[in-house]
Amino acid sequence: MVLLTADLGFMALEPFSDAFPERFFNVGVAEQNMVGLATGLAEAGMVPFVYSIAPFASLRPYEFIRNGPILHNLPVRVVGVGGGMEYGPNGVSHYALEDVAVMRVQPNMTVVVPADHLQARQAVLATAEVPGPIYFRLGKDDATLVPGLDGAFELGRIQRIREGRDAAIVAMGPIAVDALGAAELLAAQGVDCAVAVVSSVNPPPTEDLAALISDRRLVVTVEVHYANGGLGSMVAEVVAERGLGARLLRQCVRTMPDDVVGSQSYMQRLFGLSADQLAGAVVQELAAR
Amino acid sequence: MTPIQGQGVRRHILHQSKRANVGHIGSALSVADILATLYGGVLAGKPGEPDRDRFVMSKGHAALALYAALHMAGYLTQKELDTYSTDGSHLGVHPHHGLTGVDFSTGSLGQGLAMGAGAALAARLQKSRRRVFVLLSDAECNEGSVWEAAMFAAHHKLGNLVAIVDVNRQQALGYTADVIALDPLEDRWRAFGWDVHTVDGHDQRAIATTIAALSAKLPHVLIAHTTFGKGVSFMESQIRWHYLPMNDEQYALALGEIGD
Repeated sequence: MVLLTADLGFMALEPFSDAFPERFFNVGVAEQNMVGLATGLAEAGMVPFVYSIAPFASLRPYEFIRNGPILHNLPVRVVGVGGGMEYGPNGVSHYALEDVAVMRVQPNMTVVVPADHLQARQAVLATAEVPGPIYFRLGKDDATLVPGLDGAFELGRIQRIREGRDAAIVAMGPIAVDALGAAELLAAQGVDCAVAVVSSVNPPPTEDLAALISDRRLVVTVEVHYANGGLGSMVAEVVAERGLGARLLRQCVRTMPDDVVGSQSYMQRLFGLSADQLAGAVVQELAAR
Repeated sequence: MTPIQGQGVRRHILHQSKRANVGHIGSALSVADILATLYGGVLAGKPGEPDRDRFVMSKGHAALALYAALHMAGYLTQKELDTYSTDGSHLGVHPHHGLTGVDFSTGSLGQGLAMGAGAALAARLQKSRRRVFVLLSDAECNEGSVWEAAMFAAHHKLGNLVAIVDVNRQQALGYTADVIALDPLEDRWRAFGWDVHTVDGHDQRAIATTIAALSAKLPHVLIAHTTFGKGVSFMESQIRWHYLPMNDEQYALALGEIGD
């Protein structure tokens, strides 16, 4: 294993770089080169992790990822930190709102979006033997935990963290905390929602999603990602391909957040992604039918 | 290892590009002598051996020259070579790593040197003496990623990395001097911290001698001055032969000039 960073990871990578200085390389501000290097390292049998802020890890070197680890099917781990709008005041350049979409479309690319750091840890361990590349979209926060998740992870599976008959809420990433919060607010109003976490985006948890959705009339997807190509799109594919009768409500980022900046929670609220807003959207959707 | 003659590589290039009716002939002819030299005695080890030298055909559009060299080195049969660019073939216009003797798939310019630097770093980490050779085109040096990799390799003093730049002074739509001027190319590589050598890219003895004498504990680059379309007078330095296939008359003329 080797760890490459494109000059980011202050106060994050030191435990590794201190312990294994000979297997740690700061390649400088050069994400394309970092992925090219990783391809050459992996061809020789090594397992390189390449690290940067999510948009710089995924979008800048995208063609290098496609023609390198994906085309050669090599075990390069692309780690993007701070997916969604976690870099709040830093603005659009630092947001990753399409990374899951562009990674998900690539054959051979495993895509993992942990909801908290315990699940991230389990996901890295559980995918250690995956022979091809993996994109990890990590949250920055190592304090928040998704209640009931307990660090569970399995490729191709969802994790159900709350049961309920009226609707199914499916969340990707740390926003699962707000999705669960919404379900609790709804419960107080007598609306009983199941909540599931999707962290294995590719391979998609098709069977689990179909089982969850099949006997419910409403499924709500929650993600800090654009509408096209992310979790909502994936669930739409399952609903359509399986001919499921549920209606789909996609709670996501609908426009480029290029107007104002603010904290992560402020930005997520702008797009209706806080627990109370999500609960309100579910009530409205259920009442509309 | 059996020596390979550049003229032999050229004959295969002409024959296969005529049969397949595809272009990129001029680019392939310009690197024929470089590839003949590499596969005729420079590259150590055989395909599949973990400690073999690695080769990255970063200018993937000249893959036909690579296939010809692999064939003459005994890694590709005539039957396989004859599938070049046909339906169901493993021999595309750009090379694929699924083919014996091809370590890295290429075709998108500017990616090979980074992969090569990674391969060289891997050799160092694995305490192997194997070397990594990367063949770039001069216009490929338009890509910023080439220089990202150049900086990395120099910083880490990857003396097991050898880049060869095929300076044929042409690119797809014009002469490099008119599109994006590259001179002074030697100075640019030197300024990036590389051990720079200028060679005649058609002088196999000079290429081999230069590589054999490499000793600096720095990444090495051979600035190989070549003629686009080398060996076929009507193709030499003619932009249109970047893309054009040959008609029957041109093929006969070209073969006559290359000789047996």
